Amino acid sequence: MSAAEVTAVPEGRGGRMNRAQIVNAALALGLLGFGLVAWAMGETFLVTLATKVAILAIAGAGLNLVLGFGGLVSFGHAAYFGLGGYSAGILAHHALNYTPMFEWPFLFEGTTSMPVIWITAMVIGALAAALIGALSLRTTGVYFIMITLAFGQMIFYFAISWPAYGGEDGLPIYVRNGFPGLNTLDPVQFFGLTCAVLFAVLGLIAMLAHSRFGLALQAARQNRQRLMAVGIRPGGVLLVAFVISGAITALAGALYADLNRFVSPSMLSWHLSGELLVFLILGGTGRLFAPLAGAGLYITLEHLLGGVSDHWQFFFGLLLLGVVLFARGGVIGFLAGGKRHG
Amino acid sequence: MADPILDIRGLSKSFGALKATDDVSLDLRPGEIHALIGPNGAGKSTLIKQISGEIAPDAGEVVLRGRSLAGIDAAGRARMGMARSFQVSSVAPEFTVLQNVVLAAQGASGATFRFFRPVMRDAGLLQTARDCIAQAGLSGREAVPAAELAHGERRKLEIAMALALKPALFLLDEPMAGMGTEGATALGDLLDALRHRAPILLVEHDMDAVFRLSDRVSVLVYGRVIATGTPDEIRTDREVQRVYLGEEA
Repeated sequence: MSAAEVTAVPEGRGGRMNRAQIVNAALALGLLGFGLVAWAMGETFLVTLATKVAILAIAGAGLNLVLGFGGLVSFGHAAYFGLGGYSAGILAHHALNYTPMFEWPFLFEGTTSMPVIWITAMVIGALAAALIGALSLRTTGVYFIMITLAFGQMIFYFAISWPAYGGEDGLPIYVRNGFPGLNTLDPVQFFGLTCAVLFAVLGLIAMLAHSRFGLALQAARQNRQRLMAVGIRPGGVLLVAFVISGAITALAGALYADLNRFVSPSMLSWHLSGELLVFLILGGTGRLFAPLAGAGLYITLEHLLGGVSDHWQFFFGLLLLGVVLFARGGVIGFLAGGKRHG
Repeated sequence: MADPILDIRGLSKSFGALKATDDVSLDLRPGEIHALIGPNGAGKSTLIKQISGEIAPDAGEVVLRGRSLAGIDAAGRARMGMARSFQVSSVAPEFTVLQNVVLAAQGASGATFRFFRPVMRDAGLLQTARDCIAQAGLSGREAVPAAELAHGERRKLEIAMALALKPALFLLDEPMAGMGTEGATALGDLLDALRHRAPILLVEHDMDAVFRLSDRVSVLVYGRVIATGTPDEIRTDREVQRVYLGEEA
């Protein structure tokens, strides 16, 4: 679904799906089906792989809100992903080691409860995004890319040089954090939980894209001067989008830390920021399901090509080149057709 | 005489040694079309940008309905009813005509930070947008993406967006630029009707249109207003003939 379609007048509400919706449904069912079949066949590793796709898709969905809809090329989204991861890691670390996190103003011993961890991660991601966004949004274009990268690197080096939480070695989470009513150590239950989060996030983004806020956000991508001239300041709209985006990506980071039961500075590295961008370019920037399509394709290729050659990224680079040169709409643009006008 | 809607007092703006706007005063009264003409480089666009709030003047002030606009940015001025069109038409190209005008209606409503209800099912905004589209003569083109509109239609879309802002005045920067004779005439008729909705400050190069439509004309040369008057007065003004119209006469 192109950005313009997202807010298009609802037409043909007779129940027939358009091509983009069919592709989206196929992607969602494909992920669920793959995970469940792998589980039925006892392929735990593949269930974990599908879980990884779902989590990276959540992170990409956060980026898609600012990049796809707002037109902001953030090259520092690893910062929020990593902060989410460290939120999970640090809270669990204190709870599991029985070392209080702080004693004032009240005794807090950390937690292993996913809902609490998720909220903490999202609040921290949102705060970091508010701070970084408020400074970065003063710039545009390539300067915006560079300043977001710079902030990301600052947090990366901070994590490396802070020994209390593992520094360069990272921080293990001995037992995966818990969710009420679920056994999160069961791969398929954790997979189901991440899928539920993914679809909730995609639903949230679809709702935002169709709202008044979403209309202004998409206008900010196309023409900031025009947005000003109709009485809407692009800065505020973009900052709010950036904050929501940071919170979503941090949520993904918390889940990722729980998936690996480990958090390390690599979650904060610019490679990860780049991978998130690649997911969107592969999937089709600005399309709701682009992060799922992109992350799915990337992880699949990494798994398949990685088994054939250590230099799989060379072949992946060729694919990316092909997409950028010949299929600008990414996988979804290719399957669902270009922009459907009206 | 009715109080002016827009009153520009002693506006000045320099870029280095260049005085782009030099002590300009002019006003815009209810129901009129006030044209601003002048040779290329006379500072018309710089003046328009100071009125719309895109750049700040060095001295002087812009007063809208008795209220000074100092310190109010372009978005704030738009919400106060300053409806602007651009020299190079400026719309959201991927949005449809309807989406563009709904965006303008949303801006005028002042409520952008709403995250839940779908905007394209907002009956109030849609009604406003469809009315404005009809008044601008674009009915039937609602679902067309702005990028696919013909040049003249994009001009009309800008007019529709201006209408959706509940305008106190129109600030139109060369709305007829690049239009054929027929299109310019049709747009002229549209502007002629619009003046009763809100007065128009019109920057325009098409002299036929200017003299046909305007109630008053101001001539800007090297950042200064050298004459203001009715079209007839301007036509016969010696100074104007010498520096500007003379080229054609």
